[in-house]
Amino acid sequence: MAMLEIKNLTVAFDTAAGLFKAVDGIDVSVDGREVLAIVGESGSGKSVAMLAVMGLLPATATVTADVMNFEGKDLLAMPANQKRAIIGKEIAMIFQEPIASLNPCFTIGFQIEEVLNQHMGLRGNAARQRAVELLQMVGITDGAERLGAFPHQMSGGQCQRVMIAMAIACDPKLLIADEPTTALDVTIQKQILDLLVSLQDRYGMALIMITHDMGVVAETADRVIVQYKGNKMEEADVLSLFENPQSNYTRALLSALPENAVGDRLPTVADFEDTDGGMSR
Amino acid sequence: MSVPVLEVKNLRRDYVSSGGPFRPAKVVHAVKDVSFTLEKGKTLAVVGESGCGKSTLARMITLIDQQTSGEIIVDGATVEARHGVSAALRRKVQIVFQNPYGSLNPRQKIGSVLAEPLLLNTSMSPAERRDKAMTMLLKVGLQEEHFNRYPHMFSGGQRQRIAIARALMLNPSFLVLDEPVSALDLSVQAQILNLLKDLQDEFGLTFVFISHDLSVVRYIADEVMVMYFGEVVEHGSRDAVFEDPQHDYTRTLFAATPRTDISSIKARLARKSAA
Repeated sequence: MAMLEIKNLTVAFDTAAGLFKAVDGIDVSVDGREVLAIVGESGSGKSVAMLAVMGLLPATATVTADVMNFEGKDLLAMPANQKRAIIGKEIAMIFQEPIASLNPCFTIGFQIEEVLNQHMGLRGNAARQRAVELLQMVGITDGAERLGAFPHQMSGGQCQRVMIAMAIACDPKLLIADEPTTALDVTIQKQILDLLVSLQDRYGMALIMITHDMGVVAETADRVIVQYKGNKMEEADVLSLFENPQSNYTRALLSALPENAVGDRLPTVADFEDTDGGMSR
Repeated sequence: MSVPVLEVKNLRRDYVSSGGPFRPAKVVHAVKDVSFTLEKGKTLAVVGESGCGKSTLARMITLIDQQTSGEIIVDGATVEARHGVSAALRRKVQIVFQNPYGSLNPRQKIGSVLAEPLLLNTSMSPAERRDKAMTMLLKVGLQEEHFNRYPHMFSGGQRQRIAIARALMLNPSFLVLDEPVSALDLSVQAQILNLLKDLQDEFGLTFVFISHDLSVVRYIADEVMVMYFGEVVEHGSRDAVFEDPQHDYTRTLFAATPRTDISSIKARLARKSAA
């Protein structure tokens, strides 16, 4: 049985112009120790699907699914207090803008200890020690001094490390990373990706990488889901996806990579669309 | 040989943080002795990580910030910025910023965004300005009905098209593009890069293209300049830099760029299953 199993997930937003389906009948399953990448451009519903799992969507969203199980427990039917015990502890998430996702009013020490406090019941010195240990794990060596720093005193890459430290604080079984490196430089991106993959490997987590960057997919994923306008276009293991893409949209994404440029022009997604603006599989 | 569009000699910029009674003033050398020349119709890419001084360089050559020392020569004339920059010179230099959400006034309709440079810098009649703005709007791949819309009604890629159109309204000598595609999705990025190439071919534009993404640079640049901690560590033609990087930092950059070819994915999977 898969660790996270989602069948026929639909997320609709109630807008002034009527109901808008951001995610339209998507199946996702992840096993323990697996790196799954969900790829798509903005508006493809890749983040929304995972936010629905975390229960982080606003009240205007309607989430329905035939199955949404984490380790056999139904996340949709579960009462809120039970869900809170899972979210943030067993399933953790990191976001795109590291500086914006930390609270600017509190030190990073306070924010890491808050997680430990809430989910592990660690307080005082025990929490402090664990926080230093966590910072060490994500590559911040002077953790003891860094605990007193505020987010604005750290660089974007370091803030993302702190976010990762908070996410892995409770030994999650599943880590969801939503565009974790989009706001970062290539050299820092490489460090963060290496860190995520090594943590995933060392602690046997499952990792879901949400990204629009085929480069990130090639460097990290075992299996890939390609999403377009709320629909799943393709699901394949990473090698067959790059070697032999099945859907037109995947081919479009791959050929939009500047290093794959043939001649003087980059093909865009529009070149692969059908005449009615749809996308054939 | 024709006069280069832009020539920069020993450009330097220091930032001095004000000291206090118990703290000495600190000097940060953001850009150290940068020199280059740029010919008409060419693209120079400036590459480096955040904090390496590439945006400071951009602000100096667009005459937004003044250099601490060194010379900037635009179309053969040295810029004397100490007594203010003349309007004629300002017209020759335009910039497109990274974040298309932050660089457009939310209360200004697109038509007037595009016509404003003409209003400020020329004596054209309103009808002429309107015509020119409309022509440019179509040129960057937008439609006539977009003329009276507000920035929030556009996607990120469309806004970047608007920012490019605005920068081109005055026929500048060169255009500085400060990370123009790094906030955009891959497929939208491809559209904007195509647009830039088309515009360059059509108008013979000269670009200074600032980026940290080597795959984009490889696609668009004629010349590449790599910066590291305010210094130029490598400068050469695109092929020379990409095929035979000389400096360690350039090699680090190449090693950090994600690889999407089949053989490197196979190698990664093999390493993983072996571990």
